Parts: sequence; structure tokens; C-alpha cells
Amino acid sequence: MSDAVSAEKIPVTVLTGYLGAGKTTLLNRILSENHGKRYAVVVNEFGEIGIDNDLVVGADEEVFEMNNGCICCTVRGDLIRILGGLMKRKGRFDAIIVETTGLADPAPVAQTFFVDEDVQKHARLDAVVTVADAKWLSERLKDAPEAKNQIAFADVIVLNKTDLVGADDLAEVEGRIRAINPYARLHRTERCRVALADVLERNAFDLDRIVDLEPDFLNAGDDHDHHDHDHHGHDHHDHDHHHHGHSAHGHGGMKHYHDEDMQSLALTSEAPLDPVRFMPWLQGLVAKEGQKILRSKGILAFKDDDDRYVFQGVHMMLEGDHQRPWRDDEQRLSRLVFIGRDLPEQAIRDGFAACIAAS
Amino acid sequence: MSGLGAERPERIASVADQVAPIALEAPATAVHFLGEQAVVAGSEAACTLAAPDGTPRPVAVTDGAILCTVSDGTRVVLGCDDGRVVALDADAAVATLATDAKRRWIDCVALHKDGTLAWSAGKTAFVRGHDDAEKSWEAPSTVGGLAFAPKGVRLAVAHYGGATLWFPNMTAKPERLDWAGSHLGIAFSPDGRFVVTAMHEPALHGWRLADGRHMRMTGYPARVKSMAWCGGGKLLATSGADCLILWPFGSKDGPMGKEPMMLAPLDARVSCVAAHPTQDILATGYEDGTVLLVRLPDGAEIVARERDGDAVAALGWSASGETLALATEGGAAGLLKIV
Repeated sequence: MSDAVSAEKIPVTVLTGYLGAGKTTLLNRILSENHGKRYAVVVNEFGEIGIDNDLVVGADEEVFEMNNGCICCTVRGDLIRILGGLMKRKGRFDAIIVETTGLADPAPVAQTFFVDEDVQKHARLDAVVTVADAKWLSERLKDAPEAKNQIAFADVIVLNKTDLVGADDLAEVEGRIRAINPYARLHRTERCRVALADVLERNAFDLDRIVDLEPDFLNAGDDHDHHDHDHHGHDHHDHDHHHHGHSAHGHGGMKHYHDEDMQSLALTSEAPLDPVRFMPWLQGLVAKEGQKILRSKGILAFKDDDDRYVFQGVHMMLEGDHQRPWRDDEQRLSRLVFIGRDLPEQAIRDGFAACIAAS
Repeated sequence: MSGLGAERPERIASVADQVAPIALEAPATAVHFLGEQAVVAGSEAACTLAAPDGTPRPVAVTDGAILCTVSDGTRVVLGCDDGRVVALDADAAVATLATDAKRRWIDCVALHKDGTLAWSAGKTAFVRGHDDAEKSWEAPSTVGGLAFAPKGVRLAVAHYGGATLWFPNMTAKPERLDWAGSHLGIAFSPDGRFVVTAMHEPALHGWRLADGRHMRMTGYPARVKSMAWCGGGKLLATSGADCLILWPFGSKDGPMGKEPMMLAPLDARVSCVAAHPTQDILATGYEDGTVLLVRLPDGAEIVARERDGDAVAALGWSASGETLALATEGGAAGLLKIV
């Protein structure tokens, strides 16, 4: 039932990236490729840059606070309106791409899909795709908090203009990206030449498709994305299983950095968790530290429960559900990932440790 | 004020078999009447004029999609996503009333009973009166709703952070009504004393215009998308709960400090309401496809459409009150003659 319903929902890809990184190049590439799909495109600064598409809607990026007393619960009011209007033309397009301005924070866009009932009914957030400029990103990460947010928030990072930097600089910028967000799929491109299957139909926000939470390590110089090229037109296969086994890789030539304020935190437990303690802890954590936590995800094994429990969150908003039974050949490992700013690491570790069920 | 469920008889009277169906080509979003002829606005480009026996006559009104509609009984005005405001009359004639210079979506339309027209595109609200002069006002954010006051040319504009009362024909500064949050639908009470907005969150907000006093109307499980004044203008009926919600506006304080009346509870949310023009009867549509005719104030019910899972999208009465038009999200529609 839920599969049938989600199949009808229109997937929405959010395209972010700092000014000049190549968002419009990627957008035009998506639109011009011969994929047989029709897109509705929501852009800012309507009409300024030529976008060759039948259905282009100008947006105002009107961010407003929800009146629930939590200051980070912001949503995009204009997007609610635009998605509502587009749903009246359902049948004329297969998917929606929302391009944000270079200075935009992706959180309000994502939160719109968590809080608005009408949006949830008709559309689903597919993934946040961030285009980054290989030449300038390292600088922007130092002086532009927006650029850092966009990297931290991303499910997919298109590291563009790699032809403009040398191998050392490329390794450096990748290291800086990984210091912030080791989980996003990273693709190196020139002129945003990336297989569309790598940026579209990712199901990154689909609880049913949280498969693993392993970092997406890169093999330097290896095009490990070749598998996607001939998958055009396949709708619901799972890309993620291709990445199994990458987790234990060495880091190639990647440099290690520690970002001063934005980082990710991974927690694991081989012992099952106590749901009676875990749920209030997680909810309390995001309520208290939600401003700092940009994204969260988890696969959990609860005591006396044969189902995997999965959750994901954006700032203070969480959604979670039982996903499927643990397989016999699968280790019942609980794993949580937080990406955020100035995360209180020790407090989170201690709180999580206290949720492990007594054996 | 609930508890009606316990007294509800096993079977309530049904007139659902008397509905004359109207064949539609697309899901419906709004219904209006031009005389005894119904107009069903489709979710896409067409409207369907329906004769009293249900015979349909599709009329293409735009190349894009219809985003909003309003009617004064002589014409239906539609805002479209090709930037045009068009009018449809009883002879199926379509006229373009306005075209946005930037071809932006027309998000809201409103009609004054003297024929003055208002529409909005993005943050800009436009008004055009009999002299054909067009005036515009920039709202602080995208316009969420438009409504004319019952007397005088005064336009209420809902937006983020509140609403603004604008007098297009006067130089007076627009009057701002503040309340945090995003305000979408907007309506004046028929006596002009109150302005009510439906917010993005599941609540209504009201202002008493004499002194700007606030009225918070909360407790809804879902956003309110449909409002109708009834009971001689003393009650505001709304969707958004699993029963009909009626807020009392009869006293000078309006609903401040009062509980709403709750009628016609079902195991489904009310999706739209329409008040009979002369009698105290409310047509009430639910998300499960049920339509009930609910009598005030005792809550007696008659089934006008049986539950079938197809959410009711729109309800409307003819000016005479003799005919109810109903339409669903799935594209079912019909006319019910009440004699």
C-alpha cells in the first residue's frame, strides 16, 4: 500500500550550490538529456538565466517560521504554493527540480516536506544535490557558512570544474568535503557531466531505502560510478547496493581535515537498544540540539524486536518507522549518523550509551 | 457540544440517488452557479458548464492550469498559471480580463458585488473598478488570499505575518493587522465587523476591526481550506476537523473565549462547506466522499452523497437555493435539486 502511494508521489530534487558552482549547467544538462522524462523546474530570479524547458516556475524563496515555538522550524511558503499549483498539472511532468539560490540554506526546503500535509500527500523529497566548485569551494568553506551548510546537507555532491584544479588541490577539496559530510555520494565532474541516475531518483529521504550508513569513500582516480550509465529508465532499482563493500577501503590519496565547526558523528552499537530509553533520548536530543544538527539518520536494532527500525531527521524534525525484518545473515548493528555544527559529541555518545538495553 | 454521535440513528435519510451526475473530463477544484446552470472548474485547463439535468458542456478557458476561481453569479472569474485572469459567462463566452506583464501565476482572485475585480500575482495585489483603472499594492510577502469588504471598496489581503486592509480608491495608508505566521484564505464577516484568515498551521485567526482585538481559533487537526458564513452571518462554518466546526460571531466579542459548535461528526475530515443562501442548511463534504446536508442548529442530517473514498473537492448552491452542485477530487460531479 505505502509503495503504491509513494510511487504516485512526484519526486522532488533540490539543487543547491554556491554562486557560480554550476547549478544552472547541471539543470540544463538534466533537461536536455534524452531521458524521456518531463520535468517541472522551480527556479529563482525567474527569467534571468535561460532554461530550456516547458514548465519553469519562478519562486521567491519565502522562508517563514512555523508557529510552533521552535526557531529552526522554517519552511518555504512559496514552495508550498508552487507545489500545490503544479499538482493541478499532474500528468504533464514526471518529476520536479527545485533550484535554490546560491546563498540558500537547504533546511527550509527539506522541512517543507516534513511539515506540510498537502506537500506530503502529492510530492516526496528525493534528494538534496549540491554542486560544488572544485576551484573555489575550499575558500568558500572558510568564509561562507551557506556553502558549508549546502555541503553538510547534501545527499549527492557534484564536485564540478575538476579540470581547473590539479590533483593536489582536488584531494584537498575532497578532504574538506569529507570532513564535513562523509556520507554524501560524491561525483567529480567537468561542466557537470554526471550520469543523471547519480543525481535523480536517489530516494535519499525514503525510509524504506535507508540501506546502510557507511561513508561514501572515494577511490582516487577510479570512476566507480560507471554502473549507473546504462540504467536509464529503470525506476525503482536500488543503486545503493553497489556501494556495499566500499566501506572497508583505504582512503586512497584523500587528505584528512577536521572542519572547525561542522562535522559528522557516527555511533554504533552491537548490543540491542532499549526503545523505551532510546526514543525519548533521540527526541530530547533533537529538541535541545536541533539547531546544531542539520541531518540525522539511523538504522536501529531494538531488544526483542525482529524488525529494523529506521529514522531520519532534519534539524528538529524526525520521522521513523519499522522498515523490514532483520535478515538472518545480517548483523543486528545499530548505527546512527549526525551531521551538524558544534555537535556536543561527548554528551551524544554518553546519551546513546545509556540507551543500550541491559542484556 | 459534541455527543451527537450517540444519538445518531442507524440509518439517516439519503437523497444521494437523486443527484444528476455531470460527466467531467478532469478532477474538479471549484463549483459555481450562473443562474441554474452550474460551472465546475477543472483542475487543469477547462471548465464544464452543466445544465440543470447535468448535461455537460466543456469550455477551454486557458492553455495552462486554473489556480483560483470566484463568482458573483453573473460570471466566473478564473486565475490561471499562464498569467491571465479570464471570465466565463453563462453563454460559455470566455474573455481575458487581465494579463500579468511577467506572466506570473495568478494566485488569488476576488470579486466585489459592484463588479470590482481583484487578483494577485506573487506579492502584488491588483484592483480594477468600473472605470477600468488598475491599481496595485505590494504586500510584504506573497499574497495568500483576497477578500472584499461587504461595503465600500476595501480589499483584505492575507500575507505572511498578518493581513492588510487596502482602500484602493483612497490615499489612506493601508491598515495592517499583525499576527505571526502565514495567512492564506481570508474572509470578512457579512456585517463587516470581523476579518478571519485561515492560516498555514491548522488554525484560524480573526481580528475585530473596531479595535483590532485578536481571536485565535485553534484545535483543528488539519489546515482549514473551506469557510462559509451561515446562520444569518452569525456563524462561521469551516472544514479541517472530523466534524463541522461552527464559530459563533453573533455577539460583539465574536468567538473570543467561546467554544465552537460541532455538528455532523464522521470518521473522516470535512474537506469543504457551503451554506444555503436562505435557509440554515450547510452542505458539508468529507474527505471520504460523503456529502451531508446539515440543518442548524439541531444538526439533523441528510445524505447527499455516499462515502466512496473520493474526497469532496467543492460544493456550491445556486442563488435560488434550489440546487446543490458537488464535485470530487476524482472527477465525479453532480447536481441535487432540493425542492
